This record gives sequence, structure tokens and C-alpha cells, in this order.
Amino acid sequence: MVEHAEIRMVHRGGSKINFRDPVITNDSRFLLCAAGESVNVYSTSTEEYVHDLQGHTDLVTGVVLNPSNHLQVYSCSADGTVRLWDFTDGILIKTFIIGYPIYSIYVSEKHGGVVFVVVPMANYKSSELFQLVAVNLPRSGDQEVEARELSAVLCDVSPHPGAASFGREGEYIAAVKGLQLEVFFFKKQKSYRFSLKSGTKKGAKNAFTCVSCHPKEDCVATGHADGKIRMWRNFNQKKEYTYSTLHWHHGAVNTLCFTPEGTNLLSGGIESVLVQWHYTQENQRDFLPRLGAAITHIAVSPDGSLFCTSHSDNKITIIQSCVKVSAIIQGLVKGDGVWTNLIIDPRSKALVLNGKPGHLQFYSLHRDKQLYNLDIVQQEYIHEEGLDQFEVVKAAFDARGDWLATVEERRKKGAELEINLKLWAYDKLTQSFVLNTTVTAPHEDRITAMYFSPSPETTMLVTTSLDGHFKAWLLADHSDTKEGFWACDFVGGYHLLKPGCCSFSADGSLLAVGFQEVVTVWSPASWELLTTLSQPPGAIRDLCFGRLSCSKYLLGTSTKNQLCCWNLLTCSLEWSTPMDVSLLQTDPLSENIAAFCSQSGSSDLFVFKPSEPRPLYSQKALCTGKVQHAVFAPRDQMLESCEERTQWLNRSQLYFFTQHMDLLTFSTKTEEDRLLASSKQLMCCRDAVTPFYLLLGKHRRQQLEKQEALTNPMAERTQLPQGSIAIKELLHTPAHVLPSASFLCTMFVRSLLISSSSAGEEKEHEEEEMEREKEEEDSEGEADPRLGESAACGPPEEFGAPALTKAQERELRKVKTFDHSWLSSLLDC
Amino acid sequence: MASFKSTKIPIYPKLGEKVTPDTLYWKNYKAPVQIKEFGAVTSIDFSPLAPHNYAVTASTRIHIYGPFSQEPVKTFTRFKDTAYSGKFRSDGQLLLAGCEDSVVRLFDVSGKVALRMFKGHTKGVHVTDFTSDCYHILTGSDDYTCRLWDIPNSTELTSYKEHTDYIRCGTTSKLNRDIFITGSYDHTLRVFDARVEKSVMTMDHSQPVESVLLYPSEGLLVSAGGRYVKVWDLLKGGQPLVSLKNHHKTVTCLSLSSNGQRLLSASLDRHVKIYNTTNYKVVHNFDYAASILSLALAPDDESIVVGMTNGVLSIKHRKSPEGKQEVAGKQRRRPVYRVFVKGRNYVPKNDDFLVSKPVKSNLAKYDKQLKRFNISKALDTALESWQKNRKPEITVAVMKELDRRGTLKNALAGRDEQNLSQLLNFLIGNVVDPRFTPVLVTATEMILDIYQAVVGQSSVVDRQLVRLQELVEREIDYQQELLEVLGMLDTLFAASLPRKEVPCPGSSRPNGLAEGGLGAPVPQLQAA
Repeated sequence: MVEHAEIRMVHRGGSKINFRDPVITNDSRFLLCAAGESVNVYSTSTEEYVHDLQGHTDLVTGVVLNPSNHLQVYSCSADGTVRLWDFTDGILIKTFIIGYPIYSIYVSEKHGGVVFVVVPMANYKSSELFQLVAVNLPRSGDQEVEARELSAVLCDVSPHPGAASFGREGEYIAAVKGLQLEVFFFKKQKSYRFSLKSGTKKGAKNAFTCVSCHPKEDCVATGHADGKIRMWRNFNQKKEYTYSTLHWHHGAVNTLCFTPEGTNLLSGGIESVLVQWHYTQENQRDFLPRLGAAITHIAVSPDGSLFCTSHSDNKITIIQSCVKVSAIIQGLVKGDGVWTNLIIDPRSKALVLNGKPGHLQFYSLHRDKQLYNLDIVQQEYIHEEGLDQFEVVKAAFDARGDWLATVEERRKKGAELEINLKLWAYDKLTQSFVLNTTVTAPHEDRITAMYFSPSPETTMLVTTSLDGHFKAWLLADHSDTKEGFWACDFVGGYHLLKPGCCSFSADGSLLAVGFQEVVTVWSPASWELLTTLSQPPGAIRDLCFGRLSCSKYLLGTSTKNQLCCWNLLTCSLEWSTPMDVSLLQTDPLSENIAAFCSQSGSSDLFVFKPSEPRPLYSQKALCTGKVQHAVFAPRDQMLESCEERTQWLNRSQLYFFTQHMDLLTFSTKTEEDRLLASSKQLMCCRDAVTPFYLLLGKHRRQQLEKQEALTNPMAERTQLPQGSIAIKELLHTPAHVLPSASFLCTMFVRSLLISSSSAGEEKEHEEEEMEREKEEEDSEGEADPRLGESAACGPPEEFGAPALTKAQERELRKVKTFDHSWLSSLLDC
Repeated sequence: MASFKSTKIPIYPKLGEKVTPDTLYWKNYKAPVQIKEFGAVTSIDFSPLAPHNYAVTASTRIHIYGPFSQEPVKTFTRFKDTAYSGKFRSDGQLLLAGCEDSVVRLFDVSGKVALRMFKGHTKGVHVTDFTSDCYHILTGSDDYTCRLWDIPNSTELTSYKEHTDYIRCGTTSKLNRDIFITGSYDHTLRVFDARVEKSVMTMDHSQPVESVLLYPSEGLLVSAGGRYVKVWDLLKGGQPLVSLKNHHKTVTCLSLSSNGQRLLSASLDRHVKIYNTTNYKVVHNFDYAASILSLALAPDDESIVVGMTNGVLSIKHRKSPEGKQEVAGKQRRRPVYRVFVKGRNYVPKNDDFLVSKPVKSNLAKYDKQLKRFNISKALDTALESWQKNRKPEITVAVMKELDRRGTLKNALAGRDEQNLSQLLNFLIGNVVDPRFTPVLVTATEMILDIYQAVVGQSSVVDRQLVRLQELVEREIDYQQELLEVLGMLDTLFAASLPRKEVPCPGSSRPNGLAEGGLGAPVPQLQAA
């Protein structure tokens, strides 16, 4: 197998941001959280992603502020290093190599120059035993330092970061594991162990889940699996310790946290309610209910004004003093499963899949940000384990994105299945989907496939179900009511066999339905059964039609490891090959088809055209496990790669989910180069100020200065460069964030006027520019018009660049001259 | 922090007829007033004068009722035999009636004794009418003749003997004093002109004609006979326009609504049907207890009076819209004006800082309980709402929600006798409703599981349980029968569908089914 150096698999977005506790900086401006192999920095006020700290080569397992310098942060990772960062500038200061995979990190103000990390026990490398060790960080000027000075503090601790906590002024550390609480006093170098009974009574689960120490008093709060919170006191003696019990949670207490002053204790669990206990009056509680999903971590800002909770649905909520949710940072939700498969919304080009329970999430792949959640089930979600709730199991968009069909399902134990089919119309006014029709029990059994007809004339939906029928649904137009609603148009079946999949041809003139071992081809116009195709043995698993030049081919995969291709003109088998294809995916913009095959525990990818015997691209051992979900996402800009190997990536990109729910994609070298370049540009603007503010704020200031200038003619000269910066800003801000053209026009024209009345040397400069402009215009004729357009849009996030290198400035000027012509032509007409 | 999502109450489509302006109009009548007469009510006629009294001919009497009285304001009893066809003159002063004894009598509305007696017919007279000039009368009799009489001298003017069977209906033109139309059991309708000797037009209804009606414009003629109502175009020489067959027994009476837009027909099948006169579609339908013989509408459709074979006269009055508003207005207590406008008429000034109040969402009572996880109370409130406004879908939706939360059993448990019987009442009322069955069957099973230990302790609950059992058994029998019918229909459909050959490629190719294996597939077609 030849290695394809130019095509690489890359992680693209969707990293877990709720893996470990988030950290709020001392000034409450930034929030840091571990996200995959990097640490993300978000702004707490605008919830925008600011930048990330990259450097670790494995999962980041903990982030803590440096107690001796509040502008620095320690992060630890499973790659065996602890790194010290300056998070405001995103600069790696130091790397300490520990040598063992680290699972969590603790620091205390009292123990300067020492970090406490949880590492696997050296002797039992394979076993699940962990120890807490203190690491003396050597003081040397080198970038990379090996820290080998380890001293064990506690043995046999839990790797969970919530399972240990520093006590008052770092005098002791409390750790829990199983049914035991261990408190280690540093001064006495002595530890006390307290254990609970394993719950002989029914329903009592005494196991510890988390621990938190009071910052001012000698008190340790522990959370338990049965929802109780115990407050331990007097634990510096072995015998006379006491504890009191608080009970509100009905599920396990996931996390506990004292506020910095110690007046309040915060707790959270599966109920998704943030509970605030008053430390002295424990029967007084405040609640913040319905936070969306189970709370996994709670963090409090050092001044106590902001709380933030991370949730099991990959979300971080920022709460202002336990009353108001002020910001929500939402990552790609990876629930229990992706039943809907991956779909691309034709309008927003967003990836659509299961989100929160009962929701569909719209996730922008280009911006790596969740756009919105669409509530499909529209029912109060009960946060409790062991409940059967409605889940969205199928979703489909029509070709233009005007309609969305969803199927939700609830299977009760031993009772009948509840299925609802919902059809949503796109509302242009609210830019979202509005429920149009609900069909309760559209089928008697599970729905196996659902597709819209791609033909532009009719909006038709086809559902196939295990009850042996497939149904076609049509939008019934009713003149008396304003909106039409959907109604069943046709019910079809074939010998009472169960249909498993269906597919429309690209023009919507044919419908193929796979009934176990038989493929039936129907005409949706007349609902005639046109032909039947079969390739026994093996039930049909997946069907798809070829596109464009290959539209005469129908491809199918069967359970008996066969990939078949039928020619629909001759109604005969064109070719077949023995392959265990787990997923067949067509590219909507080309004739290419991607097939994921699972072979001996790993997946292979083949990209081919149905008409050609040779695959365009193949990649063995893509990842371990079966690939169940994949989708071709159309690109914004077409790549122009002439390389035969990478041509299939020109129009669209292939995204897929591995078994471990990692979102991967393929990228080419040229693309990566471009990304690198744009990230360099991004480096310039690391402040979380919106371009809108920047532009208007500058404009306001500029106006003030101008007024000054009018009163003081001497100031006019010095103002010139300001004018050119204004133009730069105007032209390099994306069009959708600009104020209206009428507002900008006067400003723009005025800035031009000033420059024309400027001094001679400036004129010279301008002449130079004119020349360049001419050149540009000449070359424009030859250049690809698409390129011109993209240049006109300007670099996407480039604004207010304070300091640019010469080369960059030249480049910008080039773009600027380009834009002049474009904008002036617009103004003319 | 998302807000609480209220329980979804599914909206079920209303089955049955659609609500049209017509149904609203014709439903807007009060419950009928029933008056028992001495015999079958054969004719009803409204006085054209202001209070619009009406004459009801039944047996040997004619009663005149006031618009709102239930007692007759006047009675004419001077008939030797059964009276027929009591009719007011267009000035409302005179009343004309035929009789089985062949004598036609003319009464003054205020008097008692007949002013004139018209003798000459040899058999009972079923048809009488005034001509439009008010000086002549038309009579039609079972002796196959129809005659014109002069009122002042009570002499016979002309006699036409063209029908060959009983004449049972007839009408005079309101525009021309000389023209009249008769219908007879010889299946014909004849148009006569008093100025000529013979009938000027003959139309064949092909059924014994029971009733004729002229449109106000007199261009169209409606006749009823047998199960048919036929419309004729007189201006085109008696050309049939439409034939309506909406009744399943003989149509006995016809009437037009006051604006002439609707045609009413009454029949022995106990129905009154209302047609739209532009497209002759049935727009509404009234049911009555017995076969209807006569029907009349008050001017402006203020009341509908129907006479039946069992001698019952049924009067429906239109609901008065003002009265209803008055009652509603009295009941509602308005807030004091001062309180009502307090702070509402304040206009914010330019530099005022507006503090917006958070919008408080109004939750239903059961939702408030559900929000607090008070499951038993939620079920109680839902049941209460069912008792109050009989909306089972709310109660069922709450039960479904509780079932989804896995707490329905807890909510159903721990009830006393009164509570349980209320719950069982609800189940008895709704468990066989196909919209609610899936949820309520689970609830019923749970109730039986929970309370099986206490069966036999309360007679009320036991009786309800037995009723519930009977109900479920009957429903199962129904379902069984329906399945049988469905099976029969399937066979019929399968036999009637043509077998279609599907092009199957030859066996030499590697695809396709073996020809013998499954045979030609029959696509299953079902009307959606």
C-alpha cells in the first residue's frame, strides 16, 4: 500500500469541553477548559472562543491556575507532562516532564513550587491503582525541564479529579475512594482514614463520589452515590469525628464546591439542578433548576461572583451569583448515540445530528460551533436514570432545506411502541423550523429509513417500516386553510417482506426500496412497481443510486458481504464484489461514492465511481471499529487540486464518526497550508472585541478627533494615516457584520477626500498605488472569477490589526486596491 | 435556564360534518316547542300580517297560534269532516279551508262562522288558494277537477278537468292573477291560465306529486313527489332543471327560506333537508321524531314549524342574539375603572429607563403540580377538569405524561373509595375511545393490579368494575367482528384488482427472482 502523504486524517472540532473542571481566571474575564489535546480559552462575557493553548500530545487531564502568578496556568496531560502557560498571550512558558501519564492535578498556595498529580502506581503499571504524588518543580531557565523529584503523598486514590481536595490553607488534603475518606496532614505527615458501611439497608449507597474542603474552617464535605452530602468535622482525631448529613439529590452527587469565602456549598448531580446550601444554616437552600443536562463539574471564580457548571451534554454554563445564567458555551453534543446519522442542512450547510435528548443540533463545521438546538420532542425532560424517554431516531431534509422531517420514538418495556412523525417548515422570518404536521403512529413498527424526494417539483417523503409497508407522504394543499399539511399518499408493500432501506434517484423519478433480499424499483409518479432486482443470498442493508454520469447504476450492499451494482437500463447486475461494507455514502456534488468496510476490527475506506473498476482512493486501517456514520459536506470554495488522489476531495469533504465518537475528516496538504495561514492571521486579534464594536468605536473616536482637527488646523496632517486605517477596517471586515452602506458611505468618501488633498509625498505614494491597481486589473481578467470574489469578501476575521509585518501590510494593500474597484462600482450603480 | 415545558394536549381532528355558515345559521334555533294536535297536521300557513300568526290544519279543526303562544289564539271548528289546507289571504283578513266533505269554507279571521261556502266539488278538497287579486279562489279536489271561484258571489267561474287522478297540491301565481299550477297523483304538473280553456303547460314528474312551490321570481317551479324533488324552468317551457333525490321516503312538503336562497323539503323519512338554491347541494339537515307532513317558515326565518303524522306540532324559534349578550354582560363583574387603568396610561418619557418585567408564563393547574412533582395532585386536578368541562384529552394527556415519567402507578395508588370510583367512572367513559385506549388500558391494568386486594369491600367500586369488564368484553367482540369484515373486504379487493405482470428479466442473467419462486407480485394498494 502506498502512503498518500497528501491526504491526512484530522480531528475536526467537537472536542469534549466538559471532561475536566473549567477554570475562571482571577479577573473573571476568561474561562479555561481542557478540550481534547489543547486548553481552550473562552471569554466569560461574550462566550466567544478566544484562542487555545496547544502543545500537549495527548488528552489534557487538568487545568489549574498557578497560585503564585495569577496570569499563568498549569495543565497536565496523559502524555506525562505538566506545562505552564501564559494564557492571555497563549505562550508556553515551561514544560515539566514527569514521565507517567497524569490523571489530575492539584495545587495549593502554601506549597509553592510543588504540584500534586495523580499518576498510576509505578509497580502496577497495568492495574487500576493510582497514587497522589508531590512533584517539586525545578527552577531552571530551560524551556523543557525533567521533574523527577517525586514523593508519594497518598496511595490508592481515585483518578477522578473531584475525589481529592486541599483543606484550609493547604494544611491537609482529603481524598475519597470507594467507601473511604482519607485526610492527610502535611505538618504531622500523618493520615486519618474514615470509612462508611457499604449500605446494608435497601437503597443506601454509601460510596463516596466527590469531596470538597471548606476554605476557612476545618470541614470536609463529601458527596455520595445515593444523593447524600456529609459534612465531616473534628477529623483530626481518629475516634471523635462527627458528621452531619444533608439530603436533597435523588441521584448521585456528581460534584461539590465551596465558594471562596466558604459561606455556601454548591452541589450538582443528574437532576441538572444547581443547589446552593448555606454553610451555617444547612436547611436553607437555593435552587437553579433546569440547566439542561446532568452537572458534572462546578467551578467558582476566585472572587465568588461567577459560577460555572459543566454538563454531560458538552456544555459549560456561566452563572452570575446563583441567579442568572449569563452565558452558555456549547460544544458538539455527543449523546448516547447518533441515531439520525449525519445530515447536512442544505441551507446553513451545518451538520445536523442528535443533540440533547429530544433535540436536533445544528453544528457549523467551519466555525466549530453549535448554531442552535431544535426542540423536536417538546416535552419536559425528566432527569432521572432508567426512564424511557422520547428520542429522535430519524431526520431528513428536503433538497432545498424548506422541510425537515423527524421521527421520534419511545419504546416502553413490554408495552407498545410510540412513534411520532413530525414535519417542520422553514420559517424565513425566524430563521428556524416551525412545526407543521404531527402524525402519531405513522407506522405500526419502527421506521427503518426516511428520505425526501430530491425532485424540485414535488415535496414527497417516503418512510419504510418494519411493519412491512412503505408510505409516501405528500403536502396536501388546502385552499381554505393558509398552510398545507402533510398526508399519506400511498402505502406500498411487497409480499409482506420487511423493507429495510430506500433511496431516491438523483432526479426523483425512481424509488428503490430494499425488501430484505429483493430490491424493488418503483415510479413515484404512478406508484407502479417497475422491476425487481435480487442478488441472493443476504438481506439488503444499504441502497444508493449513482449520480450525474453514473445515474444508470444502482448500488446495494447486503448482509452477506456483497457490494452489488445493477445497471438500471438493462436491469442486470453490472458487477459485484465481496466486501463487508458497513456504510455507503454518495457525494451529492459528484459521482463519487464512499464505502466504509470493516475488516478484522478496523475500517477501510474506498472511494470509487460506479462506472470505473478501479477505486479513486483507498485507505486501509482507517481507525479501529466500525464506521457507522459519515457524510459528505460541500465545501464553501472548490479546491483546485489536479492530483488524481485528492481530486475526490475537491467539491466536498468527507466527515465521519469513529466508534469512539470522534469526528474525523480528510484534508489535503494545500488545504492545511491555507488553514495555517489563516490561523496566523487570527493570532493578530486575540481580544474578544467584536468587529462591530471596533469599527464603530474607532469611528466615534475618529469623529471626535476630526472635530478637534476642524478647530485646530494643525492637527489635520497627523490625522492622515488614521484615514487609511479606517479604510482598511472597512474593507477587511466581513460584509455581514458591517453597518448599512448608507452609513459607511459618507465616512468612506470623506476619508478618500482627505487623502487626495494631502501632501505631495502622499500623492506619490498614491500614484504608485494606482499603477499597482492597473496591474491588478490586468491580471484580474485572467484570474479565476471565483478567486476574485473570495478576495472581495476579504479574510474572514481580519480586523483592527495593530501591528503587521511589512509583507503582510503589502498583501493587505493589494487586497485593498482590489476592493476599491469593487466597492466603487457598487457605489456607481 | 429553560422554562418548564407544559404538557402537550394533542388536538384531535373533529370528525363529522364541517362547520359552515349554513350549519351555524340553522343550528341557531332554540329547543323545539311541542304541541299535541288532534290528528295528523296536514297544513301550516303563516299570516303575512305583522304578528305572523299561523294556521295549523289538523283533523277537523284549524288552530291559529300566535308567534310565541303555545295555546291557540283562535280555533275554527265548523267542519263536518277532516279539514285541509287552511290558507290566509295576502291581507291576512280571510282564511280559506277545504274539507273532506267537498265544501270549501271561507272565514273571517276574527269571526267564527264561515262567510262563504263554495259547493260544487264532489269529493274532498285538498287544495285551496287565493289568486293574487284577492277576489278569486282556486280549489283542487279528489274528483280530478280544479276550479276557480268568485268570492263575492261564491259562484264557480271555471272548472278544469284535465288531471286523471287526485289533485293534492297547487299554487297560484303571485304576479299574475290568472295563472295557477296544480300537481296531481297522475304524475303531472299542469299550468293553467284562466283566460284560456285548457292547460298551457304540462310537466311529467313521474311520481305522484305531493307539493309544488313557485319561486318568488316565478321563473322556476319546484315539485315534490315520491322521493324526488324536481326543479322546472317555466321560462323555457317547463324544462326539467334538476332532480334531487336526498330523501329515502316520499317528500311531502316544500318551503323556501325568507331570502329565497335556501329550499327546504320535508319528508316521511322524518328529515327536513335544506338545499342551497344555487347548486342544489344539501347544506343542512333536521331530524324529527315522526314522519313530517307539513312545514312552514316564519318570515325572516324567525321560526320553523313542522307538523307530523302523530299529530305533534314542533315549533323552533330562532335564538335572539341580543338577549344572550345581555345575560353575559350582567354576569361578568368588571373591575372598577380606577383600578383598571392604574399605571396603564403612563407614557414613558424620553429619558425614562424602562425596566421590563419578566413575562410570567401561565401554567395550567395540572402543570403546576407536575412541575413540583406532585403526581397524585396532578392527576386529581386533571380529573377535576374532566368533571368540570368534560375534556378527556386533558386528563389522558396528564396520565400519559405521568406514565412517561414512570410514576403513573404511584399516582393511581393510595386512593379512597370516592376517589377510586371517580377514576373508574372516567375509565368507563373513555377506555373504549380509540384515541385514548393505548394510555387508558395501561392505567386500567395498573388500577386492577393495585386494588385487587380490596375488591369486594365496596359495593360502588365493585359495580363499576363489573361495568368496566362488560364494556371491555363488548369492545373485544366488536373488534373481532370488525377484523372479520376487514378480512372479507380484503378478499373482495384482491379479487377485483387486475393481476399485473412485472417485467422480469430472463433467468439467464444473474439477477432477478427465479420465475417460479414467488410469481408475479401483486402490489398492495390501499387508498390513503
